[in-house]
Amino acid sequence: MANRTALYVSHLQAGAKMVNFGGWDMPINYGSQIEEHNTVRGDAGMFDVSHMTVVDVTGPASQAYLQRLLANNVAKLKTPGKALYSGMLNVDGGVIDDLIVYNMEGWYRLVVNCATREKDLAWMDTQSAGFDVTITERPDFAMIAVQGPNAIAKTCAVVGEPKADVIRSLSVFQGLPADDWFIARTGYTGEDGLEIMVPDAQVAGFWQQLLEGGVAPCGLGARDTLRLEAGMNLYGSDMDETVSPLCAGMGWTIAWSPEDREFIGRNALEQQKADGVAFKQVGLVLETRGVLRGHQKVSVLNVGEGEITSGTFSPTLGYSIALARVPLATADSAQVEIRGKLHEVKVVKPPFVRNGKQVF
Amino acid sequence: MSEIPTELRYLSSHEWVRVEDGVATVGITAHAQEAMGDLVYVETPEVGTTLAAGDEAGVVESVKAASDIYTPVSGEVIEINDALEDAPETVNSDPYGAGWMFKIQVADEAELENTLTADEYQAQIEDE
Repeated sequence: MANRTALYVSHLQAGAKMVNFGGWDMPINYGSQIEEHNTVRGDAGMFDVSHMTVVDVTGPASQAYLQRLLANNVAKLKTPGKALYSGMLNVDGGVIDDLIVYNMEGWYRLVVNCATREKDLAWMDTQSAGFDVTITERPDFAMIAVQGPNAIAKTCAVVGEPKADVIRSLSVFQGLPADDWFIARTGYTGEDGLEIMVPDAQVAGFWQQLLEGGVAPCGLGARDTLRLEAGMNLYGSDMDETVSPLCAGMGWTIAWSPEDREFIGRNALEQQKADGVAFKQVGLVLETRGVLRGHQKVSVLNVGEGEITSGTFSPTLGYSIALARVPLATADSAQVEIRGKLHEVKVVKPPFVRNGKQVF
Repeated sequence: MSEIPTELRYLSSHEWVRVEDGVATVGITAHAQEAMGDLVYVETPEVGTTLAAGDEAGVVESVKAASDIYTPVSGEVIEINDALEDAPETVNSDPYGAGWMFKIQVADEAELENTLTADEYQAQIEDE
C-alpha cells in the first residue's frame, strides 16, 4: 500500500481524486485542476506537501558539510531563517536532487523531493564522512503550502498570535519557527505564500481551519501547471543525474566564488564550461491549438534538435507553454512535432507568469 | 461511479454513440472526461469527411494528456459541435449532452452490433 499523509482523510472528505505519486497516495485534484490553478493565481489555495522530505543537519561542521554537499553556498545565508535553492550534484556534475535549505542559526533544515528520498539520504550519509554532523529526517512533520495573493492574510486570520506575528515578520524566502511549527515564505507557484511545517497530530485541524477561512484545497495537477508557468524545474522531468545544471536553467544556483570552495561536482562543471556547454534551457510558447508535452522533439532550423522537458496547457495564458533543452545557438523560434505535425513555437526566457501576470 | 446512460452504446475506447433517424451522435463518456481531467482542446473531424467504423475521428486534449477519438460507425460526417472550440470544458460538465462532438450519417446500422451496451461498458471500466 502507498504511504498516506496525515491529511489523507481530509482529502477524501474534500472530494479529492487520489493518485499514486512517488509512492504516496496524493490528491491530483478536487474536481477541476484549472479552477484550483486560477484560485491560486487570484486568491488563495492550499496544497498538502507532506510527502516532501524534511532533513535537519546539525553539529559543529554543518556549514562546512553543506558547503561541500551543495552547489550553492550556504554561507550566503546571513539572516536567520533565510532560505537558499540549490542543486545537490554528483561528482560528474549531474543533479541528484534540487532542494531548499534554511539557515536555522548554527544548523540547517533541508527540504528535498519525495521520489528521491532514499538516494538523497544515502548520499548525504556517505558524504558526511569526516564531518562532525548529525543528519536527522523529520517524518513527524506534515507540510501545507498556502499560496496566492491572499494566502498570507487568510493564514494569519486563522493561526492566531503569536504565529500571525511571525508570519507578518517574514521576508520573501525566509522561514522561522513558531511554537512547534516552522513557517516559511516560500513556494512553488510563482505567487506569494507560505510553506508551513506542522506536527502530524495538528495538521488535520489546521487544514480544516484554513478551509473554513476560505482557502481552497488544490491538488498536484494545479501544482504542476503553476510551477511550470512560474518557470520552476521539476526534478526527474527537467533535470536528473544525467543532466548538467548548466543545461537545465540552474546556472544561477551555482556559487562559483569563493574559488577554493570544493563542492561536489565543481571540477566536472568547470570542465564543461571550458569545453563549452552545448545546451540551454528555454521556455516555449505555442499560441495556436495543441498542447506541448514532455519528450516532444524541438527542431531549430540550421541549428539542431532539442527536447521538451515539461509542457502543459497554461490556464493563466490560455495556450500551451513548455520548458525545453535546446542547442545553445537557438534564437527566438523553433518547431515542435506534435503527433506527426510540426508546429511553430516562440522561444522565450522563463518564467511565463509571476504574481498572476504574464512576464515574458 | 460515473454515469452510463442505458440508452446509449459504447466503445471500449470510451466513446458513446446515440443513433436517431439514421444519424449517429458521438461523444466521450463521463468516465473518460473524468479520467482525463479538464479538457482544453477538442479537435473534431471535418464536415464532409467519410469515416469507417474504428477510424480516428479527432483528438481531445486535457491539461494532462491527449487522447484520440474513434468513430463507432461508418458514414459521412454531417455536423460538428463548433461550440467546443471555445468551450471544451462543456465536455467535462455535460459529456452526454452539450458536450457531443460530431454527427455521422450512418451507412450501416448493423455496425452498432459491434459496440458495447451500457452493462458491457460498465463491466469494462470496472476491470480497468
